Amino acid sequence: MANPVKDPLTGAETTGHVWDETLQEFNNPLPRWWLWTFYGTILFTITYWTMYPSWPIGKTYLKGMFNDITYKTDAGEEKTTHWNMRALLAHDMQNGTEALKQQEYLAKVGAASYDQIAQDPDMSSFVRSYGVGMFGDNCAACHQSGGQGVVGQFPNLVDDDWLWGGDTAAMETTIRGGRLGFMPAYSKTFDDSQLNQVANYVLTLSGETPVDAAAAVEGQKIFQGETGGCYMCHTKEGKGMHAQGSANLTDKVWTIANLPAAETPEAKLDAVKAVIHNGVKRQMPVFGKEGRNLSDTEIKVLVAYLQQMSGGATAQ
Amino acid sequence: MFKHESIETNSGMLIVLTLVAISIGGLVEIVPLHYINETVEDVKDPVTGLDAVRPYTPLEQRGRDIYTREGCYLCHSQMIRPFRDEDLRYGHYSLAAESKYDHPFQWGSKRTGPDLARVGGKYSNEWQVQHLTAPRSVVPESIMPNYPWLQTTNLDMSDLRDRMVALKRVGVPYSLTTVEYEANVKKFGESVAKTLDINRAEDNLMAQARAGNYDGNPANVSEMDALVAYLQVLGTMVDFKKFDEDYFIQFR
Repeated sequence: MANPVKDPLTGAETTGHVWDETLQEFNNPLPRWWLWTFYGTILFTITYWTMYPSWPIGKTYLKGMFNDITYKTDAGEEKTTHWNMRALLAHDMQNGTEALKQQEYLAKVGAASYDQIAQDPDMSSFVRSYGVGMFGDNCAACHQSGGQGVVGQFPNLVDDDWLWGGDTAAMETTIRGGRLGFMPAYSKTFDDSQLNQVANYVLTLSGETPVDAAAAVEGQKIFQGETGGCYMCHTKEGKGMHAQGSANLTDKVWTIANLPAAETPEAKLDAVKAVIHNGVKRQMPVFGKEGRNLSDTEIKVLVAYLQQMSGGATAQ
Repeated sequence: MFKHESIETNSGMLIVLTLVAISIGGLVEIVPLHYINETVEDVKDPVTGLDAVRPYTPLEQRGRDIYTREGCYLCHSQMIRPFRDEDLRYGHYSLAAESKYDHPFQWGSKRTGPDLARVGGKYSNEWQVQHLTAPRSVVPESIMPNYPWLQTTNLDMSDLRDRMVALKRVGVPYSLTTVEYEANVKKFGESVAKTLDINRAEDNLMAQARAGNYDGNPANVSEMDALVAYLQVLGTMVDFKKFDEDYFIQFR
């Protein structure tokens, strides 16, 4: 910079670089505010390096200081460590305002009975707001956000029909351990006429008009006898058993054969036939410790939420 | 030596020097992580002492290939960050160890759909099949495309061996020799080591597909079988109940 190049017209200093024969660049000083901001950011990095994990040193790194985080281990021991996201999360889950409030309510709900929850407006509304999130995340994918299920695939949770039982204990068991709904396929057991007879009989159970009344009479024998053995799970009356998850065939609720969508008696018959022919295999995942690992209290919130959703204590 | 002008008037050299200058930023941040002991957590089962995180079985690995082929990563991340809201929604934050056998990793940076890092076991196989074939039949508000061909396309297994050998070259401990197999038995236990044996890859794949019957059709091994097998294992390898939370904090 011994001989600064000057622009002949203005007399201002240029960088001395020339493009395309005559194009040059002024070498004006940077604005003061910009320059000081720049120095400021350099100073800031030093503070930042000191307080937060930064430079690598061999097999470890500068961990930062003046910024420690205290948290409790699962074993209950109190620990203090340098700043890091994982410790910060643990600290937040243990001390954050919202987290504490949530814990307080969860503890309250965990200690209460289902009746107490239903009668206490405070706990009830907590269950409603916390439950909707839990239901949306864990249940709605199959049972749909309104709990209406998908006919043929996932059971409806808002009617009064419960395959595995609708009391709170049964619901807890279902969520905690999952369920495997199974009915064997009768494709090899029944010939076409037997299939027709049983399907006709099944229609009469819930008061539907059978397509062939004579066949229905024969169907009853197969249903209640050893040829079909249907009674073993569905009982002789066709009411089903909660212990087996077998459907009650005498009510108007259909979870697999899509009768509500079938308009003619023939279409209804075909829908029932298809289920008997193909059998049923449905699985509800495990949400307890062996699966999604929901805590007992969280399962309780879900059951209480489901009770609100499906009409509460009237559910049989 | 390098005059300002000589660099600016030589575009080849300008490109090379620009690349050198900007890679310094990346190298300074990335390279030390390979030497720092705590980067990847050491996650061993407290009871058996075996590695909790294992490489994918052949079927899962093929499912993962389909996951990348279909571009699932464009909308789904696989990285739960240590924030309270993510912990409550998705579960435990992701560990570095949980993606150590992923090539390339699927962390992602954009969530049009939900994070999938812990989707394994969350839904039944039937749900996964239904949802992949026609997402809106189970989630009405979903904007995910339909993937009906997964169910009807047979899984291509012709290059299974080559794929596993390629992964082995970049450090995934699939075994070819008896020595490597024995090392895997020590590291992962015998039942897992068997699934990592490249020589038995095809049999292992068929056996897992048959036993799992992920797509509901036992007659064939479809791409759906592979993809659902992969989805069902995501985030399930580490059993967090067996660890004190403090253990993972100590790695940071």
